[in-house]
Amino acid sequence: MFYRETGQFKTSYQADQAIFPIRQDRIFILIWLLIGFAVIPLVASEYAFRAILIPVTIMGLAALGLNILVGYCGQVSLGTGAFMAVGAYAAYNFMIRVPELNPLFCFVLGGLTATGVGILFGIPSLRIKGFYLAVATLALQFFTDWAFSRIGWFTNYTPSGSIAVQPVEVFGFAFNTPLRKYFLCLTILSIFALVAKNIVRGRIGRAWMATRDMDVAAEIIGIRPMYAKLSAFAVSSFFIGIAGALWAYIYLGSWEPLAFDINVSFSVLFMVIIGGLGSIVGGLMGAAFITLLPLMLNQLPSAMGFEISTALIKHLEIMIFGALIIFFLAVEPLGFARLWQIAKEKLRLWPFPH
Amino acid sequence: MGYSKLIKGLLLSMLLVIVGCGQKEEGTGTDTSSDSQTSSNTNNQAYAPTPDGNEQFVPVLSYRTGPYAPNGTGVANGFVDYLKLVDARDGGVNGVRISFEECETEYKTDRGVECYERLKGLGPTGATVFNPNSTGVTFALTEKTTTDKIPLITMGYGRSESRDGSVFPWNFPMMGTYWTAADVLVQHVGNLSGGLDKLKGKKIALVYHDSPFGKEPIPLLQKRSEMHGFSLTTIPVTHPGVEQKAAWLQVRQDKPDYVFLWGWGVMNSTSIKEAAAVRYPREQMFGVWWSGAEPDVTPAGDDSIGYSSVTLQHSAGSDNQVHKDIFKYVYDAGAGSGDRDRVGEVLYNRGMLNAAIVVEVIRNAQSKYGQKPLTGEQIRWGIENFELTQAQIDKLGLTGMVQPIKLSCSDHEGTRIARIHTWNGKTWEYSSDWIEASDAVIKPMVETAASNYAKEKNITRASCES
Repeated sequence: MFYRETGQFKTSYQADQAIFPIRQDRIFILIWLLIGFAVIPLVASEYAFRAILIPVTIMGLAALGLNILVGYCGQVSLGTGAFMAVGAYAAYNFMIRVPELNPLFCFVLGGLTATGVGILFGIPSLRIKGFYLAVATLALQFFTDWAFSRIGWFTNYTPSGSIAVQPVEVFGFAFNTPLRKYFLCLTILSIFALVAKNIVRGRIGRAWMATRDMDVAAEIIGIRPMYAKLSAFAVSSFFIGIAGALWAYIYLGSWEPLAFDINVSFSVLFMVIIGGLGSIVGGLMGAAFITLLPLMLNQLPSAMGFEISTALIKHLEIMIFGALIIFFLAVEPLGFARLWQIAKEKLRLWPFPH
Repeated sequence: MGYSKLIKGLLLSMLLVIVGCGQKEEGTGTDTSSDSQTSSNTNNQAYAPTPDGNEQFVPVLSYRTGPYAPNGTGVANGFVDYLKLVDARDGGVNGVRISFEECETEYKTDRGVECYERLKGLGPTGATVFNPNSTGVTFALTEKTTTDKIPLITMGYGRSESRDGSVFPWNFPMMGTYWTAADVLVQHVGNLSGGLDKLKGKKIALVYHDSPFGKEPIPLLQKRSEMHGFSLTTIPVTHPGVEQKAAWLQVRQDKPDYVFLWGWGVMNSTSIKEAAAVRYPREQMFGVWWSGAEPDVTPAGDDSIGYSSVTLQHSAGSDNQVHKDIFKYVYDAGAGSGDRDRVGEVLYNRGMLNAAIVVEVIRNAQSKYGQKPLTGEQIRWGIENFELTQAQIDKLGLTGMVQPIKLSCSDHEGTRIARIHTWNGKTWEYSSDWIEASDAVIKPMVETAASNYAKEKNITRASCES
C-alpha cells in the first residue's frame, strides 16, 4: 500500500533515469534529509552530537567509500584504516605547511593524496584477487602504521608522535561547536552519497559491477579491468581519505597512529558487510549499527537500573555485539540493505498480501 | 518464521548471564593474584542525582578490561575506594557529598573521548576534574577541556610540557611528568655508575610502548645523552606489547649497560620475561612508575627479582591510617571495589592518592568559592593554588606516601622528586634516596615544547603574574 507505484507513469527518459524513480522513495529521502538537517539539530544533546552523530556520519562516509570498492567492484580491502590515516596526515601536513590554505580544501587534498596511494596500492589488484588482495591491502595498513609512527616529517617531528589539530576555520567561520561540526559532516556525507549514487548508476559503476560479477566476462564485453579496478580504488580511497581527515579534525581533534590501526579497517569492513554489500544506504545503516550498538549496549544496563561493574558491562557488550552480528548475518547475509528492500516489498502489498 | 524463538532464547541467555555474573567482579584473565571476591560490590555506581543537589560530581575514567586491565583495575579500585571513604567517613567534603560514575575506556582514545562526553555534563555543576589515566586520552582531551572549562589532572603521565600553566591552563601533570621520571632514572643510573660523568661511553636502551606515552621520555633522554655522552638506543614495542622477541634480541646484541622500560599493562611482565629469556640482568633494568607494580612482576615469577622502577613517590603498603580507614569504612561495610588483600598495592595506592588529591583540591577551591558544588573553572583555581603541606599529609593519613606539593601557574607539576624501588620476589623495597629531577635540564625543554605548541595552535601565552 505504502510502496505501490501504480499510477506513477514514466513519460520521459528523464523520469525513467531519475535517481529515485518511485515517489515514495523520494518522500522517504526528503524525510530523512529533513530529520538529519532540521529535526536532529533541534533535539540532540551535546553528547549525542559528539559521541554519536558526528562519528556515525563520518564512519558512514568511510563505509560509503569502502562499499564502492568491496560492494560494487568486488575488491576486498583491509586497508581502510590506512587510507583514512593517509587522508588525515595529508590534510594535517598541508595545513601546517601551507597555512594559507582553506581547511576544507586541505581535506580535499588529503582525499586526493589518499587517492594517489589508493591507485598505487590498487595496482596489485590487477594480478591478484579475493583473499590474496585482502592480504595485499593489509600490507598497506601495516606500512602506514609504520610510516606515520616512524617518519618524523609526517607528524611535524612531534616528540610523542601524537598530533593536535589546528582549528577548522573557513572564511572566518569556525567549525567549533558540535552543531556546526555535525552540519559540516552531514553536508559532506550528503554530497558524497549523491555523487556515489550517481557514479554507480552510470557507466563507471556498471563497469565496476560487471568486473565484480565476472571479470573475464567483463573484459570480453569490452570493459578494461585495469581502468575499472583502479578507478574503483581511486574513488573509494578519495572518499575514505576525506573521511579520515574529518575523523581526525572534526571528531578526534588529536590523534596518534593507533587511531587508524587495523581495527578501524575491520570495523569499516564490518559496517559494509552488515549494512549490505553494493548498497549506498546499506553502508550508512551499517555505520550507524556498528558505531551505535556498542554505546547502547554499554549504557543500557545502567539506564535500566542494573548495578553491575563497568568491566562486566564491557564484557557483555562484546558478547552481545558478537552474537548480534552472527545473528544478523545468519538471518540476512545480504545485510540491512536487503532487509530494507524486503520491508519495502512487504509494504507494497500491505495490508492485503495475497 | 522461527526467529521469534531464537530471539527469545537469546534474550533469555543474556538475562542468565547478567544474573549469573551479577556478583562477580574483575574480569581480567591475566590477573594472577585474585582469589576470592570478598565483598560483593558495585564498583559501577551509575550516577543518580541526590534530591538536594548538594554534591560534587567526579567522573572516573577507568579500564578494567583489555590488555591494560591488570594495571587499570588497581588504579580504578584505589580511586573509587577513596571517594567512597570520603563520603562514608566525612560525609563528603565540608558537607558537599562526592558522587561519581565510572566509564570504561579500555585505554582506547576514542572510547575515552566518548566517556568524557558522556560524563562531563553530569552532576549539578558538571564534572569536577578528569583523570584520564591514559596519556593518549589526555592528549585528546587537552583540546576539549579548554573549551569545556574542565581541568585535567594527569598524575604521573600526560604531556610533559603541560606543566607550563601559561600555555596549558587546564592541564595538571601533578607529582611528576615523564621527563621527570626519565631524569630521575638517568640520575639514578649515574649514581650507580659512580657519578653522572661516568656515564660517558655507556649504553642505555629504552624499550618503550609505541604510543605517545612511550615516546614522551625520548627528548629528555636524548638531551641527557648529549650532556653526558652515553649512547641511547630506542626500541619500540607495538601495542599491546605481548610480542617483544625482536626487541629483546636487539637488546641482547647491543648489550646496553642499562635498559629503561616504558611499558604499561601486559607489556611490562612480557618485557621482564623476555629479558630473562635473553639473560639480560634484571638488576640493570629500570622501569617508569607505570612499569613498577605487582601485576608487572608477579606474572614473571622469580625472573622479576632485582628489577627496579622509579616510584611516583609511594610504593606498596597498607599500613597507613588511610588504609585502616578504607578497611573500616569501605571494606567492612561491604562496599569495597576490589579484593581486600589487594588494597595497598602500588597501583591501588596511586589511584587512592590521585583521589585524595582530587578531594583536597575540591577542599581548596571551596575555601575560596564557598562550601557548595563548584564548577570546573572554580576547581581549576583550587588546583593551581594548591599546596599540600606535611601537616595536611599527616592529617590525611598519607604520611610517607607523598611529599609536600606546591603548585603555581608556572609550575603545574608541583614537585619533582622520586625514589627507586626494587622487587625482591615478595615486595617492593626502596633502593634509593629521594632524587630530584634537575629543573635546569627540564625547564628549558618545557618552555621550548610549550612555545611550539602555542605557536602551532595559535595560543597566546597567559601571563603568570596576577
